[in-house]
Amino acid sequence: MQASIINIESVRNDFPILRRKVHKDKALVYLDNAATTQKPIQVIDAISNYYLNYNSNIHRAVHELAEEATAAYESTRDKVARFINAKNREEIVFVRGTTEAINLVAYTWGRQNVGKDDIIVTTEYEHHSNIVPWQLLAKEKGAKLEYIGVDDNGELIVDQLDKYLETGRVKLVTFSQMSNVLGTITNSEEIIKRCKAKGVRVLVDGAQSVPHMKVDLQKLDCDFFAFSAHKMLGPTGVGVLWARKELLEGMVPFNGGGDMIREVHKYETSWNDLPYKFEAGTPNIADVIGFGAAIDYLERIGMDKIREHEIDLTRYALDKLSQIKGMKIYGPMDAAKRGGVISFNLGDIHPHDLATIIDEDGIAIRSGHHCAQVLMERLDVSATSRASFYIYNTKDEVDAFVKSLYRAKELFRI
Amino acid sequence: MSSADIYREIILDYYRNPRNYGKLPNPDVAQRDSNPLCGDELEMHLNIKDNKVVDVKFTGKGCAISQASASMLTELIMGKDFEDVKKLSKEDILENLGLHDLGPARIKCALLSLKVLKSGLYSYLSDKLKDTASADKIKEEASGLY
Repeated sequence: MQASIINIESVRNDFPILRRKVHKDKALVYLDNAATTQKPIQVIDAISNYYLNYNSNIHRAVHELAEEATAAYESTRDKVARFINAKNREEIVFVRGTTEAINLVAYTWGRQNVGKDDIIVTTEYEHHSNIVPWQLLAKEKGAKLEYIGVDDNGELIVDQLDKYLETGRVKLVTFSQMSNVLGTITNSEEIIKRCKAKGVRVLVDGAQSVPHMKVDLQKLDCDFFAFSAHKMLGPTGVGVLWARKELLEGMVPFNGGGDMIREVHKYETSWNDLPYKFEAGTPNIADVIGFGAAIDYLERIGMDKIREHEIDLTRYALDKLSQIKGMKIYGPMDAAKRGGVISFNLGDIHPHDLATIIDEDGIAIRSGHHCAQVLMERLDVSATSRASFYIYNTKDEVDAFVKSLYRAKELFRI
Repeated sequence: MSSADIYREIILDYYRNPRNYGKLPNPDVAQRDSNPLCGDELEMHLNIKDNKVVDVKFTGKGCAISQASASMLTELIMGKDFEDVKKLSKEDILENLGLHDLGPARIKCALLSLKVLKSGLYSYLSDKLKDTASADKIKEEASGLY
């Protein structure tokens, strides 16, 4: 194994799944990390330890198990706050994932603050989860949804924002910090600066960025921030909505039920404190605890090192891929401008055919529209293939992937 | 089945040189569908006269399996008795393609064409022929494909 920025051999040992074989005897080369990452044994152990030793509901009961469970659940909130540098722990709301976080904002803050003829600005490279909730809101309120376009290099045309801001009707600008298809890292600071100058609120979708680079909310200065645990070594079914305290305080609850109340009477209810006002019902306790272990794991390696490793791997892959005849790569060719996500098409091989072929060699990539059909239209393709990296991927795996692509070319006689 | 068995010369040929590709000006049957998981799209047009399929065309975009399947299906039904076309089964399509044991993810690609055809025939049977019983039967077949 090559000399590496992080000790990959020891990292790989923590991921039992990476030892399994696929298609009988093929080593698994897992390059679908933008969809979901694998889980280290530390995360799996944290979840099973909860169920084995202190399974209990949280916040209410006074017995020892409940106290342990509450402490473990709440300690993840502290870890998250530290991890993204939030000012207050009560600004961290646990949800099911990025999608639910965005919907929460659309259904509460959006309904309270967006009216007829108001404008919501999103971008052409958003995931459906950062388009559809705003379409629903816009339809309901008679508001308009506008898009910041993507240039031929796969970067946002940030200047297009100005013409919308000048109307004085923009209520929210929402964008992903890293494109899940192109890997492009958004010039978030610039967009936020322009929005702040006009007093416009900003939501940042951090689903692809938080797992792969250091995110500092105090520097970023947005108003809402959303991300998912399962794309950063954590379990599925856990995500985070961060919002400025003063915004959360003004927002009506998303779900009504247990745990989100202070007092319930027949016709009136008063709300619990933040963040519990937004966490109705028994939450996903085990997985939030597992998420805490995932954050510990990432912090132990260090986000700067993870980023460095991925730039190194992406640069290597971009170089190898661009040497293949008939290869079309989407997004910036400069590895420093993108995350470890590479979307491409190879000759006239449809991505589904390509993914089927290389799967036989044990290579797991994603094919399709990646829940970004607006971007597919912009790129004028129906689908792309996508390889995405994480801390456990190696240059040897990139080589195996490239070798398999040559086999696909042969099968398709190109 | 292995990729080498799937992507035989004939499948690639139909993918790259689809027969009966296009649209009909005034089709008796026009049906469009897509596979939401992968975005494959398919539209089929048929003209039916004297209980025979007298013309058929398709347009679409998608993987080699879905597009070859559609093209080969148009050839299979061209000139056929309407009654025979109604009876086409999943097995007939896979047999015609020479594809067996496709995994659960890819079998949808192979069967999208049949699904579009059956959905089209449903509309034709219910709207134009007012044959509710046959229409309902074929609707059920279409939804049971995958």
